[in-house]
Amino acid sequence: MKVLMFGWEFPPNISGGLGTACYGLTKGLAENDVDIIFVMPKAYGDEDASNFRLVSADGMPVHTHTATYRTLFEKMMYWEVNSFIIPYLSPEEFLLYSEEQLANTSKTVNTASTRYHFTGKYGKDLLTEVWNYARVAAEIVANNTFDVIHVHDWLSFPAGIIAKEISGKPLVAHLHATEFDRSGGNKVNEQIYEIEREGLHHADKIIAVSELTRQIVINNYGMAPEKVFTIYNAVDDTSVNEAVKPERIFKEKIISYVGRITYQKGPDYFVEAAGKVLKEDKNFRFIMAGSGDMLHQVVRRAAQLRISSHFHFAGFLKGGEVGKLFAMSDAYVMPSVSEPFGISPLEALRAGVPVIISKQSGVREILTRAISVDFFDVDAMADAIHAVATYKSLANMVVRDSRIEMQNLKWISQAAKVKELYQDLVKN
Amino acid sequence: MKNICFYFQVHQPFRLKRYHFFNIGKDSNYFDDDSNSEILRKVAHNCYLPANRVLLDLIHKHGGKFKVSFSISGAAIEQFELYMPEVLESFKELARTGCVEFLAETYGHSLAILKSEEEFKAQVAAHTQKVQQHFGQTPTVFRNTELIYSDHIGNVVAGMGYKAMLAEGADNVLDWKSPNYLYTSATSPDLKLLLKNFRLSDDIAFRFSNHEWSGFPLTADKFVGWLNDLPADEQLVNLFMDYETFGEHQWVTTGIFDFLKALPDMVFYHSAFEFITPAEAAKTLTSAGAVSMPNPVSWADEERDLSAWLGNDLQDDAFGTLYSLEAKVKACDDEKIKRDWLFLQTSDHFYYMCTKFFADGDVHKYFNPYYTPYDAFMNYMNVIADFTLRVEQQCDKSKLKDQALAF
Repeated sequence: MKVLMFGWEFPPNISGGLGTACYGLTKGLAENDVDIIFVMPKAYGDEDASNFRLVSADGMPVHTHTATYRTLFEKMMYWEVNSFIIPYLSPEEFLLYSEEQLANTSKTVNTASTRYHFTGKYGKDLLTEVWNYARVAAEIVANNTFDVIHVHDWLSFPAGIIAKEISGKPLVAHLHATEFDRSGGNKVNEQIYEIEREGLHHADKIIAVSELTRQIVINNYGMAPEKVFTIYNAVDDTSVNEAVKPERIFKEKIISYVGRITYQKGPDYFVEAAGKVLKEDKNFRFIMAGSGDMLHQVVRRAAQLRISSHFHFAGFLKGGEVGKLFAMSDAYVMPSVSEPFGISPLEALRAGVPVIISKQSGVREILTRAISVDFFDVDAMADAIHAVATYKSLANMVVRDSRIEMQNLKWISQAAKVKELYQDLVKN
Repeated sequence: MKNICFYFQVHQPFRLKRYHFFNIGKDSNYFDDDSNSEILRKVAHNCYLPANRVLLDLIHKHGGKFKVSFSISGAAIEQFELYMPEVLESFKELARTGCVEFLAETYGHSLAILKSEEEFKAQVAAHTQKVQQHFGQTPTVFRNTELIYSDHIGNVVAGMGYKAMLAEGADNVLDWKSPNYLYTSATSPDLKLLLKNFRLSDDIAFRFSNHEWSGFPLTADKFVGWLNDLPADEQLVNLFMDYETFGEHQWVTTGIFDFLKALPDMVFYHSAFEFITPAEAAKTLTSAGAVSMPNPVSWADEERDLSAWLGNDLQDDAFGTLYSLEAKVKACDDEKIKRDWLFLQTSDHFYYMCTKFFADGDVHKYFNPYYTPYDAFMNYMNVIADFTLRVEQQCDKSKLKDQALAF
């Protein structure tokens, strides 16, 4: 079994969960004897490619397309608008990127072939990169043999469609997040939605990272339920990772939030819950780590509630800092408005931190013993925070039971389910 | 006799370094020594040293008839001591001429009077001690941070024995009154008030190099012409400004130093004006009446109120958190805590958190180490979190010591 897989990012050069999931999946597939050609826009050379053949689209010579290809591209051209979108990055992160990105996205034209350059980031010319990625995909398809095509999220959907059209091989579309999750259903970017829908439409089978996401795919994209399969993400390592507890700097209970500070992640509900807890009990401190376009709003709200002395902003955490934060935390809250999966509660649990997760998260389907609340129910969230941080027995139970549930989620077994899908497709 | 009263404010805050959440509990050095010393060096080179030279020459040239006054915040004096003692020396040289008056202010260039009379008085006393130590003078005139004045503040200052105080004289403060007289406080009649002539002051401080301004280019000749145009019975023109106007806000290339050098000659030869210091004005001039300012008035921004430092949620929460520590800090006996306490109160920290960027943004950006007011706030609050921990630890220690002594 040989799979041609198109991704967008890969550890260690990642901005979110997509790259981490791709890494786990490729590793698990390799353990299931699946050969993988993993294509990404730009490889940096520090990726762990021991389980597959890594292909970097950046700078690859693309030979003049045949007439068939050209019609294909023309057909797809109507989506291709050079718009200003930032699907994963917050505006402030985007600002840091954009200048550099602008300079980097260029096309070199040779007489014999064309080379496209990629940043593989999420900059201003993202859509252009997505399209160029599809162009390079045509070249890759021509030079490789494979049984199945597997694409991750909308960024590589056009590449997948092209690859399928040219090779006639079956296409698996894997959804780690949809435009509805990212926008919270508010300001859905229609171009991205269109690309997602088109990709899902062309796919022979669709993998959703949770039942929550599966339902979105069925309801919001009109896909036939029998075509959509839920395969949960796993964690690379579910081993207990309780670092030596650092000396307690604060005497108060520490409640942490780690994630982008954007609508999707529900930071505003976290600060409201903090306000409610602190109103009753000053013996708490809330730490919000991350950055994003809602940061200023949350800072302002904390100040307005006059809780800034007990509500700290740790910024975007680097390297081992997440571990340090978990090590000092009494509870971890993931109040997401819409979370296809949500890997961070698993990391918290590994560190021995009890978690409170929103009912609007995919990970909740696995962590049935964790405390879950509706993201909008800040009273319940405040109660849960107070209870988990105060009653040691409850905290211990949440951690112990959730860890057992986590143990069952191994990439080798999740990848086996993916392989089964491949086999079905090849058989037919 | 008509008088010009020059007053220059000299201040540099101890700016905070980037203080990360994970520093809390581990790092008690809050201030950005590198950037503070670098900025001070730059401003000293552009302004303090050359401007002091000009003033000294003018004083010598005019045989004691040219006079000015300063207030130098404790934060600025300490930075001179730490980074550029030669600046302090040049101010001392000015002090020795007898033509330069030094005013009292709060040591930390703080807004303490708005929260704590006790802290305010302690800071003024500490500042006076510094002025005595370096300049051999005991101030009799008070100048509050950013010229913040209200009837209440006037009462407190009068109660401390000061003869006069400086305040803003903008239209929205004085209505129909002219700032060009000596006034008294409505609630403390013994306290004289010198009110800033904001138009003429700002012509020099803000508009000097503005090509769009109808008064451009401003020459000493033109400026004295405007002075001569003032009504005959107006006796006092208070020109209050940041000292950094000379060479820093207005670069040397704008001709600001030439203007300063030429002004006294023009005044002496072409007008009936003389130069006077605030204490002399308070002593020799007659009050034109009482002025009342029920709410605090400052010299900042269009509003001339406190909204540059306080009023948005970030500022108010930070300010409230800071002063909630006062009693505990007072109970600590630790020199570093006391020093940090002083310089965490510096008004600039709250100024950086100001969100009314549009009209007054340029001034707010001056040596502002932060991209946004939110950055300023988060950084400050991280520092305050660590400071709170230290204060509480120290309090516990002193409590233990007291208990031990009691046995």
